[in-house]
This record gives sequence, C-alpha cells and structure tokens, in this order.
Amino acid sequence: MIKHAIKDTPSSIPTLPQPRRRWSWDKASAILVLAPSLVALGIFVYGFIFWNGYISLTNWNSYIPNFSYAGLANYLAVFRTFRFQSDIRNIIVFTTLFILGCLSLGLFLAVLIDQKIRFESLFRSIFIFPMAISFVATGVIWAWVLNPQPNAGVNLILRALGDKHPPTWFLSPLIIPSLGWGQIKVGIPLALVAVAIAAVWQMSGFAMAIYLAGLRAVPEEIKEAARIDGAGSWRLFWSVIYPQLASSTVTAVIILTAASLKVFGLVYAMTGPGQDFSTDMPTLNMFDTTFQGSQFAQGAAIATILFLLMAAFSVPYLISVLRRENREEEM
Amino acid sequence: MGTRRIGIGFAALLAASTVGLAGCGSQSAQAPATVNNSPKQLQIFSWWTGVASSKALAALNAQFNKEYPQIKVINEAVAGGAGSNAKAVLASRMEANNPPGTFQVHAGHGSLYSWVQAGDMAPLNSLYKQEGWYHDYPASLLNLLTFNGKIYAVPVDMQRGNVLWYNPAIFQKYNLTPPTTFTQFFNDAQVLEAHHITPLALANHGDWEATLLWSDVLLGTVGPQEYDALLSGKASWSSPGVTTATQTFVKMLQYTNSDYTALHWQQADQLVAQGSAAMNVMGDWAQGYFTTDLHLTPGKGFGWAPTPGTAGTFAVVSDVFGLPSHLKNKTATLDYLKVLGSKTGQDIFNPLKGTFSPRLDANPADYDAYSRAAMQSYKKDKLVLVIGQGAVNPGFTTAVNNAMDILLSNHNVSQFVTALENAAQSNPLS
Repeated sequence: MIKHAIKDTPSSIPTLPQPRRRWSWDKASAILVLAPSLVALGIFVYGFIFWNGYISLTNWNSYIPNFSYAGLANYLAVFRTFRFQSDIRNIIVFTTLFILGCLSLGLFLAVLIDQKIRFESLFRSIFIFPMAISFVATGVIWAWVLNPQPNAGVNLILRALGDKHPPTWFLSPLIIPSLGWGQIKVGIPLALVAVAIAAVWQMSGFAMAIYLAGLRAVPEEIKEAARIDGAGSWRLFWSVIYPQLASSTVTAVIILTAASLKVFGLVYAMTGPGQDFSTDMPTLNMFDTTFQGSQFAQGAAIATILFLLMAAFSVPYLISVLRRENREEEM
Repeated sequence: MGTRRIGIGFAALLAASTVGLAGCGSQSAQAPATVNNSPKQLQIFSWWTGVASSKALAALNAQFNKEYPQIKVINEAVAGGAGSNAKAVLASRMEANNPPGTFQVHAGHGSLYSWVQAGDMAPLNSLYKQEGWYHDYPASLLNLLTFNGKIYAVPVDMQRGNVLWYNPAIFQKYNLTPPTTFTQFFNDAQVLEAHHITPLALANHGDWEATLLWSDVLLGTVGPQEYDALLSGKASWSSPGVTTATQTFVKMLQYTNSDYTALHWQQADQLVAQGSAAMNVMGDWAQGYFTTDLHLTPGKGFGWAPTPGTAGTFAVVSDVFGLPSHLKNKTATLDYLKVLGSKTGQDIFNPLKGTFSPRLDANPADYDAYSRAAMQSYKKDKLVLVIGQGAVNPGFTTAVNNAMDILLSNHNVSQFVTALENAAQSNPLS
C-alpha cells in the first residue's frame, strides 16, 4: 500500500503538466528509432563519465590498476601543483579573450553581411570557412604567422611599420598584472593572447553565423517603426536590434565556452605547455598526467574538474531553454 | 513550435555525439581485437614512422618473413610526439587486455619495468639461453632488462644520450677544444659569446630536451656511481651533488638561445650546423639529422664528444622488445624476437636506422665514422640510463619535466630540488 502511495505522489502534484500516455505506432517507432543511439550514448558518454569519476577517487596512479578508495586525494594532489594552478588561470583568461574576440568580431561581420550586399553567400562562406580547418592545422599556421623571431611572420610587417622591438608573441614570459597568489602569478599571460588570436580567427565565423540568424529574425516592421520614430542607424542598432540578439549571444557563449574549455589540438600544435606553463591548459595537463605519467587517477581527476566546469556553464542554459519551451507550450 | 525546437536540439546533440563516437571508432579501428591472437598474424607496435626508422623496420620485417613466411607482419606504428602518442595508444590497449604481438619500449626502469610490475610481460630467460644471447650481449646491458633475475626484453639497437655536438669550424676559428669539464665549458662559452655566437643551442618544445641536458649535467657532476644510485632510489635527491649539478645547469642557461620553448631538437642542431650556435647536447639520433637531412660529413660538418665530465660513461637509450604475457599465441612473437635479436636481423636494421647493433659481434665496418666511435665507447664504457628515456618510472619523469619547465623560467634551484624529492616520494624509484 505504502509503495503505491509513493508511486502515486508525482502524478498527483497538480502543477506538472499531465503526460500524454496514449500508446501509438508513431510513438513506438520514434522510440525504436531513438533507442540505438540512446543506448550508445548511455554507455559511451554517460557510462564513461561515471567510470571516469569513479577512477578519480581511486589510487590507480601507475600501470598497475588499483581500485582502492583514495577519497579526494587525487584532487588535492592536482590542485597543489604549480601546473594545475597555472592551468586554471590560463583557461579563465583564454576563455574570456576567446569569447570576447569571437562575439565582437562575429557580430561585426554579421552586421556587415546583413547590409543586403552582393555576393552575400560568398562572404558568408569565406568567414565560416576557417571552422572547417582542424585546430592542429590552425595552430601550426599561426605559429608561423606569429613567429617570435623579429625577422619573420607578422613581425616583418610590424618592423616595416617602425616597431623596433616587435612582440615575441607566444614566447613572451610576461604576465600582466602579475599578482602573487598561491604558487603562481595571476594576470593575463601575454603568450596566451597569441593563442587566443588564432582561436578567434578560427571560431568567429561561427559567432557570425549565429548572429546572422538572429539579425534575420528581427521583424522588419519593428525596424521600420523605429525609423519612422526618427531613430538613426546607430540608435536603431543598439536600442532595437541588439536587445533582440540576447538569445543568440547566450547560445554562442555556451557553445564557445564548451569549445574553449576543451581546447587541446590548437595549443598542443602551436605552443605546447609553454614557458612556465604560460600557455598550458587542463586538457594538456590531463594528457601528460594520464599517458606520459601513467597517473590515471590524477588524470581522471583533472577530467572530472573539466567536466564540472563545463556542466556549470551548460546545465543552467539547458534548464532555461527547457523552461522557456514549457512556457511556450502552455501558452 | 516548442517541441520541434527541442527535437532539433536533441538531434544536434545526437549528431555531435555520433561525431565523437566516429572519432573514437577510427582510433580503435587500428586495433582490431581479433588480430593479435591469431597464429598467422603478428602486430609490431612502435613509434618508428620517420623515414629512416620506418625503412629499417620494413627491412627487418622482410627478413623475418624470409625466415617465417607463414606469418603476416602488421606494422602498427603510431606517429607523433616522439613516441608519446604511441605510449598513449599502448597504455589503452594493455589496459583492455589487447596487447600487440610485441612493442617498442626503452631499456631501463621506466615503462618496461612498469609493465613488468603490472604483470603484463613474460620472462625470456629460456629464449636467451636457447639463442646463446647471454654471451652475445654485454652483461651490463642485459642487467638493464633484468628484474629479479628474469630478463624481459630483447634489445635491437643502441643510441647514446650523452653527446655534445659541436661545429668544428667555429671551434677551429677561435682555437677552442670541445670541453671535457664544466670549467672548460664556461671558458669556451665566454669566448664564443664575445664573438656573438650562441655557445649552447637549446630546444624544449617537446618538454623533454632540457631534461636530457640536465640529466647529462647531473651525470657529469656526480659521476656514474652516484647517478645510478639516485636513479634507482638508493641515494637521496637532496644530496649536495644534485644541487651543484642544477646550479651548473642554470648557469649554462645563460649561454643558450632564448627561444628554446619554440624549438624542436632538430632546429637546435640546425643552429649548430649553420654556425649561429656552437654546441648542442642531444642523443645521437641527432647524427641521422646531421648526415641525412643536412648532408653533413661526420667530423667535418659536425663534431661530437661526450658531454662535460662524462667521458668513460655511455648513457644508454636502447629500443627493446618484449613478450606481452596476455597473448594467447606466443609462438609468432618469440619467432619475431629471435630474428630481432639475431646478428643478421640487427645488421640489416641498424645501418638503415642510423643506430648501431648492441651485439658484441657487430661489425664496425657496417657503420659510419660516428657510429664506429660510439660503438667503441659502448664496449668499454660504464653503461647508465637517461632520465626521460626509459630510466625511471613515467610518473617521476613527468614530474621532473614539469619541475624543469618551472626551473627554466625562475632559476630557483632549491625549489627544483624539493620538487625532485617530492616526485621521488610519490613515485618510488626502487
């Protein structure tokens, strides 16, 4: 009896929308079609996330599997290292630079393309094209472009323009403003700026595409109404169009953040961990710890921290999207 | 409207995850689980994908097929990262109990010993007895492959880790001799710097090159006995010799190029070949770069000497192959190891790869001037191992590489030594 009562409670909560429980061929076929990928996802994504989390709590730090419980020892060990502390600083700085760069450049390009120009689709393709290149290729090419030698790459242009001491780009050991905290210096490692430039070059086309879709969704009538009310094009953009792009911005930020936290190939090919770990990323650290150092549990701990960071960004977004959908459905 | 958007969202999620799965699929496709246990096929796992090394491997495999035509050899070489990618793939295959027929690993207490400890390797004592190898190889080398009286691998080549490469023209021009002591090194360095030549070319893009230099400085400072004791966990890393060596190393950094983070070891050797730098410390795989890539003549275009303080000691970097214990069919692997350890096999393999055969009966006439010289020292010198090249367990090595990255920029010797002690504590060396 008690069992029944418990079972019944959820459906008796009045605020929840009543699920439609009618069985139909349509539904059955949908389930049949989805089942294989759901099973695959369940095993290969969610199963391994849990497995990884479990490994991070064990003592498996050599080739010999050791599943004895270690508590949070691996997390503590990882957080205590200079390298991981640098990683945290770097990933925050890199993500910020990367997202700001992508959003501003993407918005700028989208607005330009939205001016009903000729060959619009050609320009769109050109701006999106870098996304099709692998991050490794981008890293190698930009390492050449931003060559730290004073007589190579973009530094040739800077010198021709009169810059006597062109930047050393990704080799710069400087961290600005360099505040001491724990073992590391907190600030913006200048070497990371070079990496961010390459990443922005690759991904700003994506932000452009999202913004372009947003711009196209702004109803023509509203713009016209604003113009009739006497708004200039500057005012029209910032007061009428831009506020309508908020959801585009949120989407772009979430997806770019996920891409940024996962960045590996670009840094691996372009700079490696860099001088004093100034361009190191949690993913690089994870790879070295796991496969060079064979400290599987510590590697799993880094992976789990990354996963939680990513979840911290994407889960609130997913929840807000679902809520919005529900509200729309009810309306 | 709403449901459709959710639908699209899910579709995108699914699509994204299938892309991820496809990525994984292409990796595991290299390692089909059914192949390695078949008696007809044999997977040879290595990171030999360079021009010379892949040619040498193909020739060795051809020789094997001449002797054992019924077995098909599958080359499972993994490219990239000086073997680091290969080690990652190997680790996941061993973990999945799907070992290759045999695999490349460095001699010493590094990965090889870790695999032995994990129970993944089978001893080869009877094979050694049967083939008479106990007399064909120097005992000091076989000691590096023997743990608790059991020998676990067969060496196929020999490389030296403590070589100072130099530009003979520069040394002649300024009347210098290759330094045999650190005092001499710093004297030479001052002369060279006065003439605007970088005394010591350094690379560290791979995060191991500086560790190799430091390892050679340590060897040259404390001598082979204490060096061995340190690496085998019998001496303390807080001993004064380690500090002195690290101080010398930091002093040497004053005389290097500043862009070492961006350079691969080949680029550092290129600086020496071009004459903008005078010296470089690198393993003798650099000699293949000098002769094959830069077309230089040994002795004329480039010169070599043991690194300061290490004359009479040979730092071993040797590729060895063993027998994974989880193989169902071991015959094919044992047959392959017989060819790999034989005089015929090694005489085919080594001249092509630019290394020399570790067998005592190897013929010097098969090799060039550098290899002949290295061979002579190998036969009479004391053999030691190199940190970062298979000498010590992977956890300790990674910790040293990480500490090195910090030392390179802050020059804080005591912090580095503390990091070494901690590393030895959390990754016991004995």
